Amino acid sequence: MAIDSIAALLSGAAKAGLPLWEHILLEDLREGQGTREDSLRQMRRLWEAMKASGDNYRPEERSHSGLAGGDSAKVQAAMAGGALYGGEFFQEVVAEALKVSECNACMKRIVAAPTAGSCGVLPAVLLPLLRRGEDEEEILRALYVAAGFGQVIATRASISGAEGGCQAEVGAASAMAAAALTQLRGGTPAMCAHACAMALSNLMGLVCDPVAGLVEVPCVHRNVVGAVNALSCADMALAGVECRIPADEGIDAMAQVGASMDDSLRETGAGGLAATPTGKAIAGRLAEEG
Amino acid sequence: MRLFDVIGPIMTGPSSSHTAGAAKIGLVTRAMLGGEPVRAEILLHGSFAQTGRGHGTDRAIVAGLLGMHPDDPRIPESFSLAEKAGLAFSFTTGTLKNAHPNTASLTVENADGESLSVVASSLGGGRIQICRVDGIETGFSGGSNTLIVHNEDKPGCAAVVTALLARFGLNIATMQLCRNFPGGYAVMVIECDQFIPAELARELEQADGVARVTRLNLDV
Repeated sequence: MAIDSIAALLSGAAKAGLPLWEHILLEDLREGQGTREDSLRQMRRLWEAMKASGDNYRPEERSHSGLAGGDSAKVQAAMAGGALYGGEFFQEVVAEALKVSECNACMKRIVAAPTAGSCGVLPAVLLPLLRRGEDEEEILRALYVAAGFGQVIATRASISGAEGGCQAEVGAASAMAAAALTQLRGGTPAMCAHACAMALSNLMGLVCDPVAGLVEVPCVHRNVVGAVNALSCADMALAGVECRIPADEGIDAMAQVGASMDDSLRETGAGGLAATPTGKAIAGRLAEEG
Repeated sequence: MRLFDVIGPIMTGPSSSHTAGAAKIGLVTRAMLGGEPVRAEILLHGSFAQTGRGHGTDRAIVAGLLGMHPDDPRIPESFSLAEKAGLAFSFTTGTLKNAHPNTASLTVENADGESLSVVASSLGGGRIQICRVDGIETGFSGGSNTLIVHNEDKPGCAAVVTALLARFGLNIATMQLCRNFPGGYAVMVIECDQFIPAELARELEQADGVARVTRLNLDV
């Protein structure tokens, strides 16, 4: 792709005199045959699917392994009882991240963003905003910003847990969401870059250690961390807080960290939580069941 | 990587490599076979074998063989749908030499008794690679309309094929020539920008040295 750095993304948009989202859209068109309308139509289709990705949630449903399901319903019930920390918006974000991730584990239709394992992060922060009247055209623009930053992460580092650990999945999703949220509140492109950089650095080193190799434990709960981290970093960026390490250097560092991770911590289900006595016992039970 | 590889695809969970890619492997195999598959023997290798059940890899491959796309919400019920559709399938696990961790080997047959064997890998993000067709090494993605010509390895075969493509107004995006040994059996894999019509395949099958033609057209 044409843009291989956040710095080039920002300077390209400034030079072209275009908003960040439009520059990202146009740069992507240079790579293929489609038109601007095709691209917008596709993004709208993805957004519609994202909106619907929690619709088929059923509180009593469990994944094939029995490990995932029901947690979003618990949080929603506790919210209704007024027992939780955080404002209503924050609580909704937590519940939404769980809901979409649990739907994924239960083989329902979701949007990989950037991966299926991290599919809960973007809807978790965007759907509560939509419910509060956020303009959908603005959300589409924010999704372009998210995809543009994600594209640079994918190019310079990775968005695959098998290559770079969970920092490359939930970490990347969180960085994308942080940039999108910053854009939605009218943050400058530089602020979006700071939000992205902070979100990524906060989750740097996060390993991919799925119990029994399944996209369930700890993936479902980590989507919550990705979402709330995105909110915090967007808030910091909007307040003028700057990441001390530039986004591109942070992404390169993340690539290095991913490369130096042991194989057991890169989606093999052999290290981290997967290698705990309980993690191994679960894997053993599932293997016996066939 | 394009924008919509970063956000997207829309897919049935839980894993882009183990579920979405697996469904696509089934779908591409079905398209290459032509017609409804009635029998399928599937071997799962590596991570597909170890975690395939929990990821629904098996159900996704069968769903693909039934013509479902990776975002089809019926993927979890594909086994019972296969029974209704008259597709008999079986799964085994095993080890394939030098294969990517997420690889499946499929042998399928349609109602006319035509059979096809395919080895395909899921590379991540729902992208796949077809590694072997009827035992011949290949390397295409199934992401474009693809013409696969099985022929004797002798001079002139490629010229016949490209001339016919030109006559039908089809533009070649990529072209690979693969064979088992010189003068043996060869496979041409041609990715095209346009739809590949059945008439072209029928004409090609009449050509000297051509043993078999399979087509893969997207979104049909």
